[in-house]
Amino acid sequence: MGFEGIGAAVKRKEDARFLAGRGNYVDDINRPGQVYAYIKRSDRPHARLKGIDTRKAAAAPGVLAVYTGADLAADGVGGLPCGWQIHNKDGSPMAEPPHPVLAVGKVRHVGDPVAVVIAETKQQAKDAAELLEIDYEDLPGVAASTDAIKPGAPLVHDDVPGNICYDWHIGDKAAVDAAFARAKHVVKLELTNNRLVPNAMEPRAAIGECDVTGNYTLYTTSQNPHVIRLLMGAFVLHIPEHQLRVIAPDVGGGFGSKIYHYAEEAIVTWAAGKLRRPVKWTAERSESFISDAQGRDHVTTAEMALDEQGNFLALRVSTLANMGAYLSTFATSIPTYLYATLLAGVYKTPAIYAEVKAVFTNTVPVDAYRGAGRPEAAYLLERLVDVIAHDLGFDRIELRRKNFIPPDAFPYQTPVALQYDSGNYQVTLEKALQAADFAGFEERRRQARARGKLRGIGVSTYLEACGIAPSAVAGALGARAGLYEVANVRVNPTGDVTVFTGAHSHGQGHETTFAQVVAERLGISIAQVDVVHGDTGRIPFGMGTYGSRSLAVGGSAIVKALDKIIAKGKRIAAHLLEASVDDIEFKDGKFTVAGTDKSKTFAEIALTAYVPHNYPIEELEPGLEETAFYDPKNFTFPGGCHVCEVEIDIETGTPKVVNFVAVDDIGRVINPMIVEGQVHGGVAQGIGQALLEHAVYDSQGQLLSGSYMDYVMPRADNLPSIHVGTESTLCTHNPLGVKGVGEVGAIGSPPAVINAIVDALRDYGVRHIDMPATAEKIWSIIQAHQPRMAAE
Amino acid sequence: MYDFAYHKPASIADAVALLAGDPEARPLAGGQTLIPVLKQRLNKPSKLIDLSGLGLNRISVSGNALSIGAMTPHATVANSADVQRAIPALAKLAGGIGDNQVRNRGTIGGSLANNDPAACYPAAVLGLGATVVTNKRRIAADDFFQGMFTTALEPGEIITEVVFPLPVEKAAYMKFAQPASRFALVGVFVAKGPAGVRVAVTGAGQNGVFRQREMEAALTARFAPDAIANIKTPPDQLNSDIHGSAEYRSHLITVMAKRAVAAAA
Repeated sequence: MGFEGIGAAVKRKEDARFLAGRGNYVDDINRPGQVYAYIKRSDRPHARLKGIDTRKAAAAPGVLAVYTGADLAADGVGGLPCGWQIHNKDGSPMAEPPHPVLAVGKVRHVGDPVAVVIAETKQQAKDAAELLEIDYEDLPGVAASTDAIKPGAPLVHDDVPGNICYDWHIGDKAAVDAAFARAKHVVKLELTNNRLVPNAMEPRAAIGECDVTGNYTLYTTSQNPHVIRLLMGAFVLHIPEHQLRVIAPDVGGGFGSKIYHYAEEAIVTWAAGKLRRPVKWTAERSESFISDAQGRDHVTTAEMALDEQGNFLALRVSTLANMGAYLSTFATSIPTYLYATLLAGVYKTPAIYAEVKAVFTNTVPVDAYRGAGRPEAAYLLERLVDVIAHDLGFDRIELRRKNFIPPDAFPYQTPVALQYDSGNYQVTLEKALQAADFAGFEERRRQARARGKLRGIGVSTYLEACGIAPSAVAGALGARAGLYEVANVRVNPTGDVTVFTGAHSHGQGHETTFAQVVAERLGISIAQVDVVHGDTGRIPFGMGTYGSRSLAVGGSAIVKALDKIIAKGKRIAAHLLEASVDDIEFKDGKFTVAGTDKSKTFAEIALTAYVPHNYPIEELEPGLEETAFYDPKNFTFPGGCHVCEVEIDIETGTPKVVNFVAVDDIGRVINPMIVEGQVHGGVAQGIGQALLEHAVYDSQGQLLSGSYMDYVMPRADNLPSIHVGTESTLCTHNPLGVKGVGEVGAIGSPPAVINAIVDALRDYGVRHIDMPATAEKIWSIIQAHQPRMAAE
Repeated sequence: MYDFAYHKPASIADAVALLAGDPEARPLAGGQTLIPVLKQRLNKPSKLIDLSGLGLNRISVSGNALSIGAMTPHATVANSADVQRAIPALAKLAGGIGDNQVRNRGTIGGSLANNDPAACYPAAVLGLGATVVTNKRRIAADDFFQGMFTTALEPGEIITEVVFPLPVEKAAYMKFAQPASRFALVGVFVAKGPAGVRVAVTGAGQNGVFRQREMEAALTARFAPDAIANIKTPPDQLNSDIHGSAEYRSHLITVMAKRAVAAAA
């Protein structure tokens, strides 16, 4: 075996089954006696639900049952809970209106589940659903957050005045106001962060099952099966946790959208209990568009106060965050603690004040989507810095350098709660500029112009906080869950290893990366390590995968468990080798008495642990299996620099990304190939957000881009070859020194793209363009400034 | 989708008979539009009459005409040496429709019968002054397209082939793709051949494909991009949606037409 440990670009173990089409996804699973659920959803954004006549549907061929919200309520089924409580400026708790599993009284967005039909076949369920007679009374709807706060706007929830979920703030307002009062310059920017549809390749699916003894199993497309078990068991269906097993097998992409507890999970589980038949539901793609929690959707005003030399004095931010019609599981935390706390970015801005109003609208709920709050913060800051440079005549690179937190300032306490442990923004900036040949850009711009193209270059020096999260900190900020992770390392008698992790892999490659960590520590091959995840019946209670936490938190738990394994192994070895435990060294898979050639292999120690014939049985239990929980001491803070180069076709306005460089400081790299893939994927989604993707609603709440005929996913021909560089300033507070890479691509790239577009259009008097920067938007800008060009 | 009966007749006469007896029956060509529509339960045919057994997948060149059978897939047209020699712009257009899967299933006859206002083929057929041949008659392209998703086809009438007059002196198609569907936001087919100089525009018009006659006149006088650079298509007859306003489409017609002329010249 070649080197397979930390730092080796080994091929992914899981790809053997994925590339052969042998993955085991929820929809691949079929249970004996299974029946099918079809969810009837509202086709209108806002309506009073005056009545549902289910009789014809219930009498249709093959139908076992038709259930509505009234049936669930009668059975004591609870609403879907929100996992994070935010408090208003005045200290009062946020508005938390009920989120029924099936609509009660009103429908509040297109896609809101109204009834479920369960039949022997999917076709029969669908046929019967057409026989439902639903008496709607249409109400005026509201889709934009800016419209929802206007006086007289339709109320999404009758008892939530002004549609305001919360009006929250962070930072020192007085200090910020004072800094603005004495500032030489103030630069203001209004911008939106466009709403996105997550579009995981695998649509959501769920199968509920209940056995003769009343034990339930839910198969679901989830990033965190234990969280689903806890939320659904305790709050919605009131099933004791020991009687509920949640299995998230192979999952085909999540990007955040599969974190949350969704209505369909509760519906199939509850119905399985009622019918004593397994109940299966699989989303069609058009359902995904109107039922998967969406991302972003901020409208923001940002102002920076500066002194004469361009030092940032204070930042003031006001954001409207669209929550959609209901609070998704972690929706409330995204535009607050995952967004406003990031507003220092890589800059030593001494005073920051941000206020965020979260608003209900008649749209699909919004929650975390790859990056979750941090892309919104990075976009705001990195656009604002470029606009400052534009308005005040500073060099955009020099302005950044001048305001960077210097490398000797760590740990660095920001004015918005976070304390950065490490970072070196100068280094990633220089490396990225070099890789992108920033210095040679003006010549490329000139050459492009001769070809009828406008060429621009954009830079973003972003930072994010991930490795979520210290439980006590999260709890103090309103989280209703702990955010540690757990690992159980089971050494089998023959010396191979099974790792049971609470983290969940849905594309990240944990089966390989985690195996590499174990292989490195134990001196075995990755083929000898099996990683088990996604089944509450097998793994200990873990919190799952989101916020780029799997390695920083889940990996740290594995390391802690491995430390215990090695410590116990040393004691066994000391006994066998008749030496003091303090003299035993463990290295390269061998326990050795220091300074001698007396040693035992890891496999020999494992076998001894399970065949304890010659064993210190009085003082040591047999077996070699350890569990460790790891609660992180802090967030981790990846950061870096993305450089994007674009060309715009002057006649049509079409932008094309022609070069992209990402240099990310993600701490220690375990598998460089997987890291590169993560950055590629993130950058693809970031370019998608910047140029292509947009969940467009009409004013009432109809989704106009509700299919791939209208929602523009990035494709290979929209993307350049991406240059990925990494830098490893180690995280100081976790045992691997890792920071996380899952989201950096999607966080750093959108501002780099837009900065490049604006740079390309610098002769057209434009200072900002909202995402997505479509050809038509760019063309309009060029059109509006034709006279100026003609005059040149 | 809803249940339907499936028939695969072996002759045009049988196909016509099956369609004639049942107003709810629908002919099935490549199915690249119809099958998604069925999956969404937006259509409920009693039976589908699969036209793939009628021997209509064929390409031939005679002295003054290129004939393409109605059931010829786009990929076949794109890769046909005959088409590439006779009308390379047509082969290129076919190679730019949809993706590989669509090009290997979708057919020229299906595309024309559907007459999607953003489809590519109608621009070529109109721009080249082709003739649509059915089991009953020959229909000139100018008479065939009658508005969005509307054609001169009568119930039970089946396209058998499309005949393009030769020699085509110059021709090119330029498509500005709608970024999500990759249909034409604006597509312009420019040709100079037996039917004179023609400029056919797809994707933009409220009534589907149309001829830009002002450009045709200018190009007849002088076949050069700058001859049409200042010709604007009035936006009031053009589509407007989340991917492009009528004004933008109007602008793109001129840009794509200029580029097509440049590519054809």
